[in-house]
Amino acid sequence: MPNTADWLTQLAGAPLPGRSQEEWRFTGLAALEALAPELWSGVDPFAQLSLPAGISCIGADQAQGLQQQVLKATGGSDAWSVRLNQGASPRCLALRVAGAADPLQLHFDAGAEPGLRALQLVLVLEEGASLELLIQHGSSGPNATSLVAVAQLGRGAELNLGLLAPGDARASLLSHLSITQAPASSLQLTTAVGGWALSRLEPCISQLEGAAHTQLRALQLVDGQELADTHSQVRFEGPDGQLDQLHKVVADGAGRSVFNGAVRVPRSAQQTNAAQLSRSLLLSDRARVDTKPELEIVADDVKCAHGATISRLQQNELFYLQSRGIGAEQASRLLLRGYCEEVLRELPAAAAALNPLTLLLREHP
Amino acid sequence: MIRPDAPVLLEVSDLHARVEEQPILKGVNLTIRAGEIHAVMGRNGSGKSTLSKVLAGHPAYTVTAGSVSYMGSDLLELAPEQRSRLGLFLGFQYPVEIPGVSNLEFLRVSTNARRAQRGEEELDTFAFEDLVRERLKVVQMDPAFLDRSVNEGFSGGEKKRNEILQMALLEPLVAILDETDSGLDIDALRIVADGVNQLAGPENATLLITHYQRLLDLITPDFVHVMAAGRILRTGGKELALELERTGYEWVDQELASLGREPAEVL
Ligand SMILES: Nc1ncnc2c1ncn2[C@@H]1O[C@H](COP(=O)(O)OP(=O)(O)O)[C@@H](O)[C@H]1O
Ligand SMILES: [Mg+2]
Repeated sequence: MPNTADWLTQLAGAPLPGRSQEEWRFTGLAALEALAPELWSGVDPFAQLSLPAGISCIGADQAQGLQQQVLKATGGSDAWSVRLNQGASPRCLALRVAGAADPLQLHFDAGAEPGLRALQLVLVLEEGASLELLIQHGSSGPNATSLVAVAQLGRGAELNLGLLAPGDARASLLSHLSITQAPASSLQLTTAVGGWALSRLEPCISQLEGAAHTQLRALQLVDGQELADTHSQVRFEGPDGQLDQLHKVVADGAGRSVFNGAVRVPRSAQQTNAAQLSRSLLLSDRARVDTKPELEIVADDVKCAHGATISRLQQNELFYLQSRGIGAEQASRLLLRGYCEEVLRELPAAAAALNPLTLLLREHP
Repeated sequence: MIRPDAPVLLEVSDLHARVEEQPILKGVNLTIRAGEIHAVMGRNGSGKSTLSKVLAGHPAYTVTAGSVSYMGSDLLELAPEQRSRLGLFLGFQYPVEIPGVSNLEFLRVSTNARRAQRGEEELDTFAFEDLVRERLKVVQMDPAFLDRSVNEGFSGGEKKRNEILQMALLEPLVAILDETDSGLDIDALRIVADGVNQLAGPENATLLITHYQRLLDLITPDFVHVMAAGRILRTGGKELALELERTGYEWVDQELASLGREPAEVL
């Protein structure tokens, strides 16, 4: 058996990123290196998919072209996680949406099988099309899932994309999401990730000519020895674009959370209105949170707000609940749930039936 | 209603407390019997809210001397949630906003904690909705407030009404209302006062902390206490509040001076 690091290097055609690379400075890949060096060989998750009305499949060749196009526009082509995915014999699902489609749900459960599993998703939303898509990831064993999802939003299109990913302490998740937006399109991306040995999310959004609306909501939870990393990037390539971004973290145990939020506003992107807020809840002294906005603003007539807070549960909030007869432990749990709910309630409607809070907080009813 | 033979619900004796090394309460004495309505008045900074929070068990305050007995047991030994379950209620001067926690769920969990303590069965979502709708009438509150997060985005007056709603659900034996009247317009004040009057009875007692006679025009106190520099300086009947409105707190400085304290210490 080859050494896993060498094997991954070979698949990606590039060496594993190390700490010397800014993009991976805080994010060690030990969990990936501990994988068995083999590709996952389970059933094709797309084999038996039935598509709701308004959604049709795209041929493989065309899908490849679309993927290249979107990745090039967002700058995702060079990402190591994308190269790894492309080298790992990915299964691909490519869909075209016209008009208002019914909600779609995709469930990728890696189960207990070892190995690396690569998946690709290509979505094209035609002019004025709308889609609500919930992607659910899961695992219960020593494996890794690599997802590269790209989406192209036509003029006036609306995509509500949710990623709900409760993990396993032996498993890794690498998820790259590249999305281009035409003017007047609207993207609502909500990600909720927790419980993975290693998770890395890379939402890369590009408003091709500005004048689109992007809402990003993220919740990432770490506990034990887990590491969760989100590197987001939003680019405005024209004027009048809007971004509303909230990134929330719950860090417990000896968990480690990394957030890097890049916002790029070149000179052409006047009248951009962008707000980014990062909030971290620290539940243990051993947990670590690294959070960094990365604002690159060249245009002068823009509104760009950003803020970052790291705090513990608020004593006054706890006391208020306790003074109403609610025990300290239950009060903490209520506050924690409330904190998470602010993001989870933004997931596509189908998520509610899955009890995302219970999944992510690993509560046993 | 004063009945000398009514049972004592709360007995505060020579209570001293500090916050961050700073002494605030310096010997508070107070006895509250069933059926009584007490008012505590006093300048800003005299220690009124501190007294209420010490009684409710806020962890930022340390009791350095004295004792508090509640229904015959040592109140200071009890966790804050236990005090509430046993019927002590604090209506906060500044109710906290808790985003993401549903007001309805909060009220239900809280009510059930008190019911369990009283040996009553817990209410499920449906039974609780019935109860809460009935109690909403006490404060004339719109049921829409139940679907929001606890106090989130509520106006000052709505927060205070939400406090009285909680009081109506928890049916406390001793309710301490800390400046529940401040920031209320005249209509809201009347609604809140009506609510408090409806809930007051021979078995329970109310301690109103207030600056204003206008609340005491609507809720008639049996006793009025004037607090200064962390102690109760004078106690009288409802006429003491009227006198305060005429004379202000000037006399407090003199009285404190005669006790060998600097007026500056009042603030
Ligand atoms: N948490 C606290 N930290 C520091 N000082 C406090 C705190 N709470 C109260 N104090 C101080 O204690 C004194 C009494 O305050 P408080 O009890 O709020 O008065 P009142 O309610 O009568 O206006 C004030 O000087 C106030 O600054
Ligand atoms: Mg006060």
